[in-house]
Amino acid sequence: MALVKKSALWIAYLLALLSLPQFFDSVLAISIFNQMAIAIVFALSYNMLLGQGGMLSFGHAVYFGLGGFLAVHALIMIEFETVYFSIIWIPLVGGFIGLLAALFIGTFSTHKAGTVFAMISLGIGELIAASSLIFVSFFGGEAGVSGDRTFGPPFFGVEWFQNVEIYYLAVAWVFIATLFMYLFTQTPAGKMANAVRDNPERAEFIGYSARRVRYITFCAAGLFAGVAGGLFALNYEFITEENLNAATSGRVLLSAYIGGLGYFIGPIVGAVILTLMNSLLSNYSDLWMLYLGIMFLLTVLFLPRGFAGFIMMHQVAWIRGTMKQLIVPYLLSGIPAVVFVMSSIALIELSHTEDAEFYYLGLTFDSNGAMDFGLIALVAIGALVCVRKSLPQLKAAWESANEVIDETGESES
Amino acid sequence: MTVLSLRNVTKNFGETEIIRGVSLDIEKGEKHAIIGPNGAGKSTLFHLISGLYGVTGGSIKFKEQEIQNKQPYEINRLGLARSFQVTNIFARLNVFENVRCALLWSSGYKYSFWHLLGRQKELNEKALEVLEQIGLKDKMHFPAGELAYAHQRALELGIAIASGAEVIMLDEPVAGMSHSEAENAVELIRKITAGKTLIMVEHDMNIVFDVADRISVLVYGEVIACDKPENIRANPKVQEAYLGEVVGSA
Ligand SMILES: Nc1ncnc2c1ncn2[C@@H]1O[C@H](COP(=O)(O)OP(=O)(O)OP(=O)(O)O)[C@@H](O)[C@H]1O
Ligand SMILES: [Mg+2]
Repeated sequence: MALVKKSALWIAYLLALLSLPQFFDSVLAISIFNQMAIAIVFALSYNMLLGQGGMLSFGHAVYFGLGGFLAVHALIMIEFETVYFSIIWIPLVGGFIGLLAALFIGTFSTHKAGTVFAMISLGIGELIAASSLIFVSFFGGEAGVSGDRTFGPPFFGVEWFQNVEIYYLAVAWVFIATLFMYLFTQTPAGKMANAVRDNPERAEFIGYSARRVRYITFCAAGLFAGVAGGLFALNYEFITEENLNAATSGRVLLSAYIGGLGYFIGPIVGAVILTLMNSLLSNYSDLWMLYLGIMFLLTVLFLPRGFAGFIMMHQVAWIRGTMKQLIVPYLLSGIPAVVFVMSSIALIELSHTEDAEFYYLGLTFDSNGAMDFGLIALVAIGALVCVRKSLPQLKAAWESANEVIDETGESES
Repeated sequence: MTVLSLRNVTKNFGETEIIRGVSLDIEKGEKHAIIGPNGAGKSTLFHLISGLYGVTGGSIKFKEQEIQNKQPYEINRLGLARSFQVTNIFARLNVFENVRCALLWSSGYKYSFWHLLGRQKELNEKALEVLEQIGLKDKMHFPAGELAYAHQRALELGIAIASGAEVIMLDEPVAGMSHSEAENAVELIRKITAGKTLIMVEHDMNIVFDVADRISVLVYGEVIACDKPENIRANPKVQEAYLGEVVGSA
């Protein structure tokens, strides 16, 4: 039964990935989907480290980037016929390099988890990023290196001129990578990664070297980060130092965290959210990084288990069928909350814009007048008051929907 | 036959000598209790034997091998398992997974990333068996960190015994349990360690005299007596140093 249910989930995942271009087929949409595919694999691999293994890394882009660079070089080699194979295998090249790098770096970085690991990851990240600007013949300096994916033997007639072709190839790799990363969580090494995360000391007393367990997880994470880097190379056909520096490492941390570290699907959710914000929001506002920062802060403060955790919080109510009790309270708090967020954004944008007029949600505001500013501020404050006033009823509804959690006899302690 | 043999083991923390030349032989199949006042160094001695701390001096032999320089996991793989005085479990894993992880190495899985745990029938059945023994089967899906204290203690014990190691060291396994819980736990310990070697630190004298074949009394990092329970009871040195009235009334 459980197996049927699980297989159904996997098939649904595959179908969802495959059918996306049927619903949105613009050039922009496909390019966003490709970014999403890359981001999903990368974020999942990051979560192997942090969520599963308890290793906080500030340098995971190293494995992504090195994989990507080698993948671009492989494309170049295919182009110049130094090697001859279909570009569908490029993500494997990336994965192989990610794994190699992790095999080497892991020997000293996984000695300890915690601060030591985090600092080493930061140091390695800086080191590789700096090297990439020094060793120009391999990394191409500031400009990076670029290749062309349309050489090499065609794959059943496909010659990879279009992004949508790459998307379907990416789907195959995303699916395979997701599946293997999930299966890894179900193996002795994967489970012991959790155990070592929780309690490295005790793990040593049941026969496992905490260090070795971390090393294995670390290598697996490097492998899949490299696969993501290979996908990146295929999609963009170029790669630069930016793709292995601290900013990229920071972004993958954000997406895993915002999605939810404690859940396998968390990073997928986070990768989707971040890609959407990145590509859609950045069209509307050059302040999107600011919003991303605010969102990260709010997530840390109010949704410590991320978006996936927020969704999973409703499991009890869902099973009990008490979800309907929550709809009205959610609307009562949610609508003013949205109004508050939108008006706050308006305030920020209004103070930021340099034009005389500011268009927002179909309205036109005067950027110089204090009048419009004051008006929006009033709306924002009003909405905030409404949110605060409505919270008690939401809390009450939540409690009644989740009542009698204690059916298990956990009354002692 | 001697399975575990300590020779002149010492341990200093900074300037302070905590273990001061302990020599001790544990026979195969013996139930050995270590008693002594608070701060005597009982837990420290356990940490030394199991490899958590390195010794300052002396040697520890387990099954003819010197183990004083070995890592905890190496010692564990030789067949020595232990529990902790302060609950030491895998808080975010559920109860079942805690026990199953404790079984993995001894079942030969090592660092495998090609076995799917859900498919390992024998392993899962064994884990369920252990859960049944420690009375936590109905809590198997609970995150271990959310269990009540007594249940966490039971799980602590379960992790120690799961692998079926031939030498089992328990550091105050029933501390903090109610009377009936403690009785159950002792029954369980007896059952599980049948035919095995047990080394146990325990403050409850009734349990100690009930379970142990031999008792070592540790005071200020020194073994002042090591003998059969009845002789320990009668030993004036022990009476004076530690037991006093307790034994008279027991
Ligand atoms: N890591 C450490 N660093 C410094 N001193 C320590 C350390 N561990 C233990 N001690 C000291 O060593 C002494 C013995 O501690 P230990 O925990 O072994 O005693 P114990 O016999 O188990 O006592 P209890 O019955 O309270 O469990 C204590 O005085 C303690 O403060
Ligand atoms: Mg102690």
